[in-house]
Parts: sequence; C-alpha cells; structure tokens
Amino acid sequence: MRHLRRFLAVLTLAVLPLAALAQDEGIEAVLEAQGDLIEESSRRTIEPAISALTESGIPLAREVLRRWQERELYRRMSDGVFFFAEEAGDDTLALTAIATGENAGEAPEDDFTEIRPNAGIRAMIQSALAGFRLQDEDITLRRRAVEAIARSPEPEHLAMLRNVMPTEPDPVLQARMERLERLLTVQFAATDAERVEAIESFGADTAREVRAALTPIVAARRMASVEGPAEGDNVARTLTPGSTDLSAEEAYALLVSRGLAPERIDRAARRDALVANIVDGRVGGVPVAALDTQNARDDAYAALAAEGVVPATALELEIEEIVDAHVFYELYTDPAAEVTAAARDAIDRIAFSLEAQQYIDLGLDALSLASIYFLAAIGLAITFGVMGVINMAHGEFIMLGAFTGWLVQTIVPNYTISLIVALPLAFAVAFGAGVALERLVIRHLYHRPLETLLATFGISIALQQLVKNVFGTQAKPLTPPDWLAGSLVVNDIIGISYLRIGIFGMALVFLGLLLFVLNRTRLGLEVRAVTQNPRMAASMGINPGRINMLTFGLGSGIAGIAGVAIGMFAQVTSEIGQNYIVQSFMTVVIGGVGNIWGTLAGASLIGVLQKGIEDFNPSNTLAAQTYMILFVILFIQFRPKGIVAPKGRAAGN
Amino acid sequence: MFLRRHPHLLVFLSLLALFTLGVTLLSEAMGTGALTTSFTKILGQTLCLCLIAIAMDLVWGFAGILSLGHFAFFGLGGYMIGMWLMYERTRLIVEPSLLAQALPPTAQEVQDAIAAQIFGVVGASELPAIWTFAGSLPAQLALVVLVPGLLALVFGWLAFRSRVTGVYLSILTQAMTLALALYLFQNESGLRGNNGLSGLQNIPHASNVSQAWISLWFVWGSALALAIGYVLATWIVSGKFGSVIRGIRDDEARVRFLGYPVETYKLFVFTLSAVMAGIAGALYYPQAGIINPAELAPVASIYLAVWVAIGGRGRLWGAVLGAASVSLVSNWFSGGGAPDVTILGYTIAWVSWWQVMLGLGFVLVTIFAPKGLSGLVDLMLVRRDPSRGDAAVGRDDGSLRDAEEAR
Amino acid sequence: MNTLLEVSGVSKTFDGFKAINNLSFAIGQAELRAVIGPNGAGKTTFMDIVTGKTRPDEGTVRWGDLGTSLTRMSEARIAREGIGRKFQRPTVFEDQSVEENLVMALRNRRGPIPALFYRRSDADMDRVRELAAQIGLKAELARRAGELSHGQKQWLEIGMLLAQEPRLLLVDEPAAGMTLDERQHTTNLLKEVAKTRAVVVVEHDMDFVRRLDCRVTVLHEGSVLAEGSIDHVTRNPRVIDVYLGR
Repeated sequence: MRHLRRFLAVLTLAVLPLAALAQDEGIEAVLEAQGDLIEESSRRTIEPAISALTESGIPLAREVLRRWQERELYRRMSDGVFFFAEEAGDDTLALTAIATGENAGEAPEDDFTEIRPNAGIRAMIQSALAGFRLQDEDITLRRRAVEAIARSPEPEHLAMLRNVMPTEPDPVLQARMERLERLLTVQFAATDAERVEAIESFGADTAREVRAALTPIVAARRMASVEGPAEGDNVARTLTPGSTDLSAEEAYALLVSRGLAPERIDRAARRDALVANIVDGRVGGVPVAALDTQNARDDAYAALAAEGVVPATALELEIEEIVDAHVFYELYTDPAAEVTAAARDAIDRIAFSLEAQQYIDLGLDALSLASIYFLAAIGLAITFGVMGVINMAHGEFIMLGAFTGWLVQTIVPNYTISLIVALPLAFAVAFGAGVALERLVIRHLYHRPLETLLATFGISIALQQLVKNVFGTQAKPLTPPDWLAGSLVVNDIIGISYLRIGIFGMALVFLGLLLFVLNRTRLGLEVRAVTQNPRMAASMGINPGRINMLTFGLGSGIAGIAGVAIGMFAQVTSEIGQNYIVQSFMTVVIGGVGNIWGTLAGASLIGVLQKGIEDFNPSNTLAAQTYMILFVILFIQFRPKGIVAPKGRAAGN
Repeated sequence: MFLRRHPHLLVFLSLLALFTLGVTLLSEAMGTGALTTSFTKILGQTLCLCLIAIAMDLVWGFAGILSLGHFAFFGLGGYMIGMWLMYERTRLIVEPSLLAQALPPTAQEVQDAIAAQIFGVVGASELPAIWTFAGSLPAQLALVVLVPGLLALVFGWLAFRSRVTGVYLSILTQAMTLALALYLFQNESGLRGNNGLSGLQNIPHASNVSQAWISLWFVWGSALALAIGYVLATWIVSGKFGSVIRGIRDDEARVRFLGYPVETYKLFVFTLSAVMAGIAGALYYPQAGIINPAELAPVASIYLAVWVAIGGRGRLWGAVLGAASVSLVSNWFSGGGAPDVTILGYTIAWVSWWQVMLGLGFVLVTIFAPKGLSGLVDLMLVRRDPSRGDAAVGRDDGSLRDAEEAR
Repeated sequence: MNTLLEVSGVSKTFDGFKAINNLSFAIGQAELRAVIGPNGAGKTTFMDIVTGKTRPDEGTVRWGDLGTSLTRMSEARIAREGIGRKFQRPTVFEDQSVEENLVMALRNRRGPIPALFYRRSDADMDRVRELAAQIGLKAELARRAGELSHGQKQWLEIGMLLAQEPRLLLVDEPAAGMTLDERQHTTNLLKEVAKTRAVVVVEHDMDFVRRLDCRVTVLHEGSVLAEGSIDHVTRNPRVIDVYLGR
C-alpha cells in the first residue's frame, strides 16, 4: 500500500513539469475568462474566479493567487491582460509577463488597474493557496500548510485534505492529516451520519483541538416562551429560573430582552422618580415623611404610575409571577439532533477523562506535599515518640538547614556541588543544634512535657530573632541546580517539577534509612526499647540519656535536610520553619506517636487533604487550611491516638 | 470570712485599687499629664492581659490543661464588641447624610449604606448575616460572652470526650486558634479579612469626650473586671471544686475513680476561662483601637502561657504578676524605650535583641525557677507552706512520689 | 446470699493476647474475697473491666439487686454506683492536705455545680475525723499528703475509699511495701470493712492472704482456675503447678 502511494507520488512529480509546459499558456485563458470578476474583487462574486484558478490544475495558478494576495497583480486597461507588477518609481510599474515569467518592461501606472483584494478575499485566497501548499514538494511547507488549516479551518479544506491525504509520503504527516480530516469532518461534513461517526471516532480524546471542534456544535442559545419549545426544535435543556444555571434575575432579563415582560425599573430608579415627583411634600398622595419603608414607596410609585406620571413596572413580588408563567430552555444552534447528542456525549466523555487526569495531577501534587510534610515531621515524631517531648523549635531547625543551604551556595558557586555539600552540612548543623538543645534544656525538664514545650518555644523565638539579627530580614534565594529546575510534562494536564520529584525521592530515601536504622541497628533497638519502656530499658543497661540525645539529634538533623529541600522552592527567611510547623504537628497527631509508618500515613493524609480541599475551592488556600485543621480536630474524635496507635495494654496508661 | 481565709485577696485588691487611683491622679484627663494618654491605654490593656492570664492560670495552673489557644477567645470577644463599635459609629456618620436626602431612608437603605462603608475595603456591600445584631449593644455584649463560651464548649466537649490530654491537647488548641485566624483572614468571613475592625477607640455617642477620658474609663472598667475576675477565680479554686480540679491536674484517673465526672469539670473550667478571656478581649481592643486576625495567631497564646509560667502558675497572683511584668517590660524593650548598649564595639539594639533575651530568659526560668517570679516572692517572705490557701505547685515538681522512688 | 457483682463469660483481647478468657466471677453483698494468680493471669484487667477502664469484647458484668449492666458505663458513673478501687501504687493527691483528700472522697453530689457551692458541714467533718481515726491519720489531717510515709499513703487511700461508702471495694496489693506492723493493721482494717460490704483483694503474698482468712479465687490465663478456702486451693495440684510451685 505504502509502495503504491510512493509510486503515485513519484509519478505525479514526474508528470507535473510536462503538464506545466503544456498548460502554462492556459493560465492566460483562465485569467481572461475570469478577468472581470477578478477586477471587480467583490467578496460576493469572487468565488467562481478563485475556484476556476484552483481547479484549472495549472501550476502557475498558485503563483497568480499568491501575487494577487500580495497586491502585485495588475490589469492593463487597454486590452485587459494581467501582469505581475511592482512599483518601480514614481507612477511607474515594472511588469512581468505571467505565462512566461519574463520581464515585460516598464509602464506608467495610470494605464493599469491594480487588483485590490479586500481582507475577506485575501482570506479566501489564503485558504485556496493552502490546498496548493498541501502538495508542495517541501515537507516543512506541507506541515506548515496542515497546521495553518488546523488553526483556522474552512469548509473547503475538507475536500483538499481528502484529496491529498492518500498520497502524502510522510507517514507522520499523513497521520496528522487524517486526524485533521476527522476534525474537519466533525464540523463541515455534508451528512449528519458522517459527522456523528467522526465525533464518535474521537472517543474520549482530551486534546485541545478536539474540544475546540466539539464545543461550537453544542453551542446553545437561551429561549423563553409561554408555550415552551416548538415541535422539531433541537432542545439542549430546559432551565428552572432561580437555579444556579439561570437566576431569577437573568430569567427576567431574558424575558425583557425578548419583549415578553416590561423593562424593570429598580428600586434606586423608582426612588429617583419619586423624588422627582414630590409636590408640596407629598408624592402620589403619600406624605414624604411616611416614605421610610419600601412598602410605602411601592404604594406611592404605584399611585404615580396609575396617574401615568411614571412608567409602570414590575415590582419585586410581581417579577416572580411573570417568570413563573414562562418556560425557559436552551436550543442548540445546530439543528441536527443526533449530531448534537453525539457531540454532547463526546464532551461528557472528554470531561470525565479530563477530570481523571486532573486527579492524577492533583495526586502528584499531593504526593510531593506529603513528602515535604513527611520530611518536616518525621524528626518531630521520633522525638515525641522516644521522649514524649514536643519540640516547638523544630521549625527553627528547618530554618537552620535552609540557611546552611543558602550560606553554602554563597561560597560554592556551582549549584550541584553546593547542594551535595549543603545536605550533609545542614544535617550536621541541625544535629548539633538538636544535641545542644537536648543537653542544655530538655534533659533538665524530663517528665515535664508541657514545660518542655514552652521552653522549646523560648528557644524557638530566640533562634528566630537571632537569625533575623545576624542575616537580616530580607529573603534569601536558595537556587536549585539546573537539572532540578524543569518539569516532567506528561501531557497538557499532567506535569510535575523535577524539584518535587527530587523531594519525593529524598523522602523515600529517608524513609528507607530510618526504617533501616530503627529496625536493623543496635541504636534502633535501643531507641525502640526506650520508646516502649524507659525504666526497663535503663535497667537493661541502655543509657536513656545517650539515646535521647542521639534521637533528638537525628530528628533535628532530618529537619535540617528538610530545610534545604523546602528552601529550594520557598524563600529562605527566619520564618520559613513556622510555615511548616503546625502542619508537622498535625501530621504527628494524625499519624500517631513515634511510628514511622504512622508519620507517613499522617503526612499523606494531610498532603492529600490539603490539596484536595484546595482543589475543591481553588480560590482560597486559607479556607483549605481552616477546613483541614477542623478535619484534624474531628479526626482526633475517632482515633485519639492517631492512625497507628501505640499497641497493647501499655497504651492505656 | 472569705477575705480572712484568703489574705492574698485583700492584698491584691488593695494594690489594684491603689494602682487605679494612681493612674487616675496622674492621667492626662486629670490634668497632671504625668502619664500620656497612650501610656494610660497601655496600662489599661495590661489590666486586660492580667485578666486573661488569670483565665489561663485557671485552666493550666489549676486544671492542668495547657491551652495554647486562649487568644482565640480573647480575639473573639474583641471582635464581638468591635462589631458594635464599628457599626454604631458608621451609622452615626451615615444616617445624617441619608436624612438630608429628599426621601426619608428605609431601614434597608440605612443598613446598605453602613455595609458599603464598612465593607467597601473588601469589595463587598452587603451586611453579612453575622452582623445581624451589630446594631444592638446588649446583643453584642451578650455575644462577647456567648461566642467564646460556645466555641470553648464545643471544642472542649470534642476534645475532652475523646480523652485528649497533655501535649496532644495543647497542639489541638493551637490548631483551633490557627484555624480561626486563617478563617478570619478571608474576606468572605464577613469580618473584613486581614483589615480587621478598626477605629475601635472612637466610642459612639461619646465623640465629645476626649481620648484622655475614654482611656481612663477603660482603665477603671478593666480594673473592675480584673478585680471581679480575681475574686471569682479565688472562690472557684479555693473550695471543693478547686480541690477536684487540682486533683484532675495531678491524677486524672484517680479523680475519675472517686466518681467525679472529670470531663464535665474540665469543660466547665475551660468554658468559664474562655468567657473570662472573651471579656478581657472585649475590654482590650477598644483600647488598642484595632483588631485583626493576626491577633489570634497561635504565637500570642503561647506567649500568654509564657507570662503565666514566668509569673508562677498555680497561683492567681503569680499569673497576674507574670502578665503585667513581662508585657510591660516587653513593651518597654521592643518599643525602643531601653537605651542601646555597646559592648566590645557591637551595639545591642534592644528592639531587635529583646526577643532573644526573652526566649533564653524564659528557658532559664523554666529550668531553674519552675515557680517563676512568685517563687522569688516566696523567698522574700520566707513563706512556709502547710497552710496552703489556694497556692499549689504542679504535678511535676510536687511529685514527692517520684523523688521518693528515685532514692 | 445475694449476689452483688456477677461477671459472666467476659473476654478481652489485646492485640491477639487474650488477657481475659471467658471469665466468670461472683461476689456477695458482704464478703471478703482474695484473688491470686501468677503475673499475666488477668487480675488487673479484671479490675479494669469492673471499674470501666477497659471495655470487654464480650460477656456481661451485672451489678446490684437490679442487675444493672456496667459494661457501658463510664468510670465515674461506676464509681458513683458504689464500686471503689485502690491502685497498687498509692495514688493520693500529694499536693493537698489529708483533710482535703478525704473531703473530696466523701459521698456527696459529684457534679461541678454542687462542688462549687459545697460547704463543709459539721456532719461531714465529723465523718472525716472518724475516718482519720480509723486509718490512724488523725494527727496528720492538716499535713500535705505528699509528706506522708508510704504506708500512711496506703491507708489514706483506703480511707478515701471508705469515705466513698462503696458497696464493693477492689483493692490491688494493699500490703506491698509495708512493714509487718502495718500489714497487721491493714489486715484488720480490711476484715473490719468486709463486715458491711464486699471486698476483693488482689494479692501475691500468700501469708497475707492466709491471714485474711477468706474465700480465694485463683486466676490463670484469664479464667478461674480454682476457688474455695485457702487450704482447698493450696492443695489443688494445678494451682501448685502454675502458681505456687512445688
């Protein structure tokens, strides 16, 4: 099949020049036949002239059309012969013979009529030219021609496409043409059956051009009448006034615009009318002083209207009655019911598929948010689990990590290297800060969890202000390396930035690392022992002080790493930690104490929830956070100990 | 009789009366001008902060519930009174111009004009439903009590019922105030979003009274509220009720096995304390002049806990001492009142270093002086303890049991 | 003999571990009963279930003449029904005086409003002094409970239990950590108390149990292994096997 097509193409190419030679004289005949129409260049009558040129099959016809469009086509008044011409000086034209392409000398401009195509005609020529370009030897020109049609399709393109499609040598372009042909069929095919078939061939294709082709078909206009739609009307739907699709106001406005109801004069206008008709301190017989209720004013206006002084109008109460007396519906502009039905179905299918894809995209967003919360909260969860301590300064460890990342970047100019240096360094800095906090403060407040909470809050405000004093309040940039800057784009809906993928990967790495440390190492064993029963652990020779110190350092260190990650897409300021601390608390509360899987579940839930609510009410991230917190408070009702509750009898104590 | 059993009550009330008298005599309204009007306002606000500190001490120092969300109630109280102040003042401005028009205004027109004035800033022109009673002072005064009380009741019921305690509960209360603040930040909340309510210092129907006098009125009002709050709190914590809530603080399960409905007690104290906080807020914000959602940020409530801890929790006068001293000193330092100090060529500007000092100072207090400033007073008076009055130390440092076991 | 408390067919599982397994137990109106058993036999869980701290997976707990079900009641409600519990470790309110501890425990209305308006009546204070005399703490009424010795705290707790005027007393290892004299005192106290109400004593110390001279229930793996007089159960070969040792 493909061989045949190629053979045909070669054949066409081989035959064309011969035919051209034979037919080049023919162009003059065509021009002569259509000369008057061309000269008139009226949008209404020009069609046959352009068709004659395009259908003549003469290669030169294309050049004529092009020149015509460029306003380089002139007609000699004396004999009506057409020339290509350019201005050669004052009132002089440089002529070219059309058939031969030879120079025909210069001539005064006054002897010629310039053929001036208006915008409408130029568009028609343009689309006629497209048909020629579809057959051009240069594939880039053919591609361009196809895309030009895709951009502004016209009915006649359909035939052109069908014409050239079978012989297109490039399979990719051919597929494109076939798809475009389907799209044009949807819009311009002669029979409804063809259109329906074409519509259905797209299934649930979510491409923008498919949606663009389908949308005009289901365009509908609003109608209102007493008796409802007539027999044979292609009704899109009936509307209920007062619903979200058609408010009572809109319904009434529709009636007014159809001449079915009197113009509405609103309260302000009625009031002005009353003011204009005050006579001796009375309006319509009512004293002005009594006009301090709407009812009194309505009565006065009615009185004026009865006198014929002001136009009668529907008052708010009557509007309802008038609206109720009419039927409101939408009619498709396209009369073919089966086509509109098919298009409607296709649009529904597409909408469903779009929605599904949007959910996937949303899921990716939620996942990356969950990763961030996981990184931010896991340290908190570990220390809470092991020591029963809520560290309010945890957010400041995130900040320390972010500042470490920024500082490294100011010293090491290569972003990739600086990131590689910054990650362990941020861990070390935050680890050190955590150990110091544990040794200097928390150790002294053992068994006093509420006071620990407050003391760490003291550390938190001190650290925040300290950093502000040292580095200033200006936000610092922490730039991700180039290879993390782009986005992975799946289609025009689904996409995710590499940075977020990187953070997701990092969360996975730390999840694995922590699971390994806690479940497979001596340290992990001791940590778990202290978590479950510190006294018993101590009597087994484990030094709880050392374990506390190390877990606290570990938890803080991870917060430092999270700080580098967060700093890359948020500005580094002394308050950076505060933006994540409450969500981290929520994560821990929801996830349950001191359990990695619980934290993971908590972070996922918080991430999904926040993104989900944001999606529900996209204009308002504040509301999303409010609802999320309310959810957490309610969640605690049902699982007071979190998703992964501490087990066994000990849990009750 | 009551006074004799609680000597600190008499001392406190006398000091408060002296303070009020002093402020009155030195105020600008009296002509001496030793205290500027703005400083008088700060003193009046401090009295309100002392009142909320008492509320905080009730729930934390006595019932062991560390609420990190008390400024939610404080702020709500402020919002409720602020709604009336703003509505009434706007009405007084708008109504004359409406009356000057050809037709007498309808009630709806008046309301629309007020709404357009108040909500123009957030691009709305309709009066939200929550402003239904804004025109009535008694109704809004009732809401000052009802709204914080109801919020505390619902939240407390949910939290206590599911036996959320300790740091979990603290985090939840923090989340509550954050949720409320975020909600109020939205323009759709009907309370002017982040603009908040402003111009609250202008009291309707008192436009011919100078701010100097108004500030003095509020000092008197706040002092009275504080006195009543103090007496009420003393009464609550002194009898068997106080015994029970201290028992709940120290060993909740034991109280339950004695047959006391622990959750109901907690709910009672929590709600009562929220109402006190609401009243304190309603007195505070007309003096501050403006309230916006940032006031409800969790950090404000944590600071409250810090004040009470520094003053000495579990003692009502300790809480007052902490709130008054820390907030006034904070004001002095962060307001640029303290002179800068140059050490080794580095100039310490207190405006920016005060918070560092406060944070670290607070850590030191929690570690080394768990009784806070009131512990210092103890040392000075060489107080010895078995006659205990209302004074109490927390479960942690009171746990002779643990000390015993450790031996 | 009227039954005061009847536990029948109760089971409770913690994460796959059957702490209580189809346990049935009954006690009369005025009876002293000792419950013994090895660690993990379910003694504490049994008490938790009766006092409402733990909800059983299945089975019923019936109380009093009306046979009220206790399984759905809160701890506080059960306590008000007349079941008092003494924990293994003495839990008194160390921060408050002995007197305050006793006043709090006195049988009065428990709601917040009555507590708020409570005034110490002469009758109440007489009762407090009487109780203090009974537990030997009359001289310590004004002292802080935290300053008492370990044994004194145990008695104070028993005193608080008596102040509640319960119909059933659950006592967990009352003699732990006591001197010989104090044990004797405790034994007498319990026997005295059991004349007017039901008392269940959980104890490890066989000498102490013997001195109580009462019916003994032996628990093992969550159910009753044997029941009867002390001599009866100590001769039971299975009891010797799992608990007493040969």
